[in-house]
Amino acid sequence: MSFALSDKAIQWYIKPVLFSVCLLPFVFIVVQAFAGSLGTNPVEAMTHRTGDWALRFLLITLSITPLRRIINLPWLIKIRRMLGLYAFFYAFMHFITYIWFDQYFDWMEILIDIPKRPFITVGFAAFLLLIPLAVTSTNKMMRRLKKNWTKLHKLIYLIAALGVLHFLWVVKADTFEPLVYAIILLVLFSYRAYSRRKSLA
Amino acid sequence: MAILIRKPSDIRPSEITPQSIYLDRRKFMRHTVAASMLLAVDAVMPVWAKQWPDAAKSKFSTNLKTNTLAEITSYNNFYEFGTGKEDPAKNAGAFNPRPWSITVEGECTRKGTFNLEDFIKPYALEERIYRLRCVEGWSMVIPWVGFSLADMLKTFEPTSKAKFVEFTTLYDKSRMPGQQRRVLNWPYVEALRIDEAMNPLPVMAVGLYGDILPNQNGAPIRLVVPWKYGFKSIKSIVKIRFTEKQPKTTWNESAPKEYGFYSNVNPNVDHPRWSQKKERRIGEPFWKPKIDTLMYNGYADQVAQLYQGMDLRKYF
Repeated sequence: MSFALSDKAIQWYIKPVLFSVCLLPFVFIVVQAFAGSLGTNPVEAMTHRTGDWALRFLLITLSITPLRRIINLPWLIKIRRMLGLYAFFYAFMHFITYIWFDQYFDWMEILIDIPKRPFITVGFAAFLLLIPLAVTSTNKMMRRLKKNWTKLHKLIYLIAALGVLHFLWVVKADTFEPLVYAIILLVLFSYRAYSRRKSLA
Repeated sequence: MAILIRKPSDIRPSEITPQSIYLDRRKFMRHTVAASMLLAVDAVMPVWAKQWPDAAKSKFSTNLKTNTLAEITSYNNFYEFGTGKEDPAKNAGAFNPRPWSITVEGECTRKGTFNLEDFIKPYALEERIYRLRCVEGWSMVIPWVGFSLADMLKTFEPTSKAKFVEFTTLYDKSRMPGQQRRVLNWPYVEALRIDEAMNPLPVMAVGLYGDILPNQNGAPIRLVVPWKYGFKSIKSIVKIRFTEKQPKTTWNESAPKEYGFYSNVNPNVDHPRWSQKKERRIGEPFWKPKIDTLMYNGYADQVAQLYQGMDLRKYF
């Protein structure tokens, strides 16, 4: 039996609550930054936390389809767009932190850095690829692009993989955390591959 | 009018305070007094209770603004207590660095194992305020208390075969929980060329801000080499060995293309994954830009001659 929700309930309760909850990590970062409680190296904390949340939202977004099938909650599809846009939002904040607080708008240095450092190259690529997905996330664009929309939005798998690689390449010796993200991503990939094979058979 | 005076037999035994509790009350009073005295002592502690409040000033000290004790003790790379920057402060509290002994071996005349107190006794402690630049791109200014590494090494009379000096950190998984995971090839080993080690700058530090070294900063004794990236300044040393061949060092073994044997601070030679041109001085507001990293971390006058004629891109 599935737990059904009316469109009205989703529109008026689920979405506003979800919107506020997803914004909380950002609110905390801003409040702590100005309260001086982001730790001894606040810029590093901001960078890590915005990056962590971008990756988490990417994986959460990717897990919506498997979840709605496995636990039979079809209405989950209606909140996927918001989660995806939050992935973009945190990736954008991560990028802004780099440009502003890390490099302090040293454009020459940034232009050298992006192609020269593989971990920045893949991170930047992931961010760039998120832009068309965010832009085409509206109902209007969905209708306009028709089948191409689904094709285009398959990019999220590549983006998530680049994001995990970005994390893996920045750590010095302890690869535990990026590997956890990699394993989750691998599980999501396998589920997708498995259900595709089943539907083809 | 009747005066109601209860006879002793009227007082129920349950109303009498048992002797144990009665005595406890005295104990409680004693403890309370002791505790409040301790609190009072704590309040004036910084003035007189430090281990070495009057360590001699050094001509090598910088007059830059020092980082706070809170900053220096809350943000550490000390993988023996975890790989997160806050981990050492969290996990090193239970570590007891005393008693401690240090073994000196290899190409020297006076080999042996010494307890910490005997080991440091011959040297006059001084305060050295040094810049510390981490390979990750941040820096601090730290008032160490210690003594000259060169003076110490001479005590053990290195032979002419002693071309390098190697240092080893304690390896004890039960006391250093970070060693339970093999993120690095334990024990941590670092080394210097003998002429680098004999330079007047490197210090064997036993203290910080006039007091004994906190555990997360490498208690009870650590190396400080101010012109090299922080990871060369090995912590919690148990062994010193003079060698003829260049020793294998931990980070160099872990990623040879990223961490060289020398690892001198050099804004012109980037880490393969990030730039080393600038650094973030811990304690500066987050909205301020980073500052320029200096050649040899600002100690070029004292150490540049050690590397004359060397290709610093090759010997990074």
